[in-house]
Amino acid sequence: MNRFLAALLLLSLAVPAVAQDGLPPAPYAYQQLEDPALEAKAQKLMETLRCLKCQSQAIADSDAPMAGDMRSEVRMRIAAGEEPEAVRQWLVERYGDYVSYSPRLTALTWPLFVVPLVLVLLAVFLLRGRFRRKDEP
Amino acid sequence: MSGDAATRQKRSRWALWLPLGLFAAFLLLVFYGLVRPANRDIESAMVGKPLPEFALPQAVPEREGLSKADFATGEPSLLNIFASWCIPCAIEAPQLEQLRQEGVTVNGIAIRDRTEDLNGFLERNGNPFERIGADNVSAVQLGIGSSGVPETFVIDGQGVIRYQHIGMVRDADLPLIRSKLMEAGQ
Repeated sequence: MNRFLAALLLLSLAVPAVAQDGLPPAPYAYQQLEDPALEAKAQKLMETLRCLKCQSQAIADSDAPMAGDMRSEVRMRIAAGEEPEAVRQWLVERYGDYVSYSPRLTALTWPLFVVPLVLVLLAVFLLRGRFRRKDEP
Repeated sequence: MSGDAATRQKRSRWALWLPLGLFAAFLLLVFYGLVRPANRDIESAMVGKPLPEFALPQAVPEREGLSKADFATGEPSLLNIFASWCIPCAIEAPQLEQLRQEGVTVNGIAIRDRTEDLNGFLERNGNPFERIGADNVSAVQLGIGSSGVPETFVIDGQGVIRYQHIGMVRDADLPLIRSKLMEAGQ
């Protein structure tokens, strides 16, 4: 039992050493906003913002210190009354469209929306014979 | 009759191979993506725009803190985003010192750092910085579109961001940085 407690104690001591830096996280990195409606807004936005350190993750999913700092920035802006799309725009002005997981329809991104449609039409065209009733046995 | 069947067969053969062709093209794309060294740098969209308003407290006792006003000197300068916990930051320190000796003002922003760690870092690697601001929640870093450490920005004498260098400053990068500083000074 004592051994078990000692192991637990060691484990709890080990956790801070894993962090990249020794600083406590930003105020709202791991702390939800007091107002559940605002928190829901912030959460929805954070799920569609790219973590810049771990580029396949959203900042809502990442434990990178910078993602924590970005969450804190997002939550504080939402708490101050900014609309989620305005916060997204603020980040896009700094990092480009890459920071947003919610693609806009632009001259560069239109194939994203058109290509799936073309592929579905092509599939229908290729498979059209399969759906035809056979005339002769 | 037999000719009709032949053309139908010809057409269906073409249709039979098309999906395989598309799949092969897809595979080629995948392999190209795997083999090509991908560029994961995120360029700041703030190049060409003025620095945001900020005033950071001092990070170490020997150097003043850093604010936007410190860049409005009329002379171009460098803004180095660094941290004591960042290993490439230690490797680029001699190059920054070289630039300082050439008369370039180098200001630093320390990201998520502690004074005692920074003191050790500056003792080991030298201190090329005129001023060092402490950015403990990456607020200024986000404000200028920087996505990691180290990054070095060329700021002109009016406080406008003119160039962003991502990653450590190597010897080979010095000529480009010098020329960007010259450009910013004109």
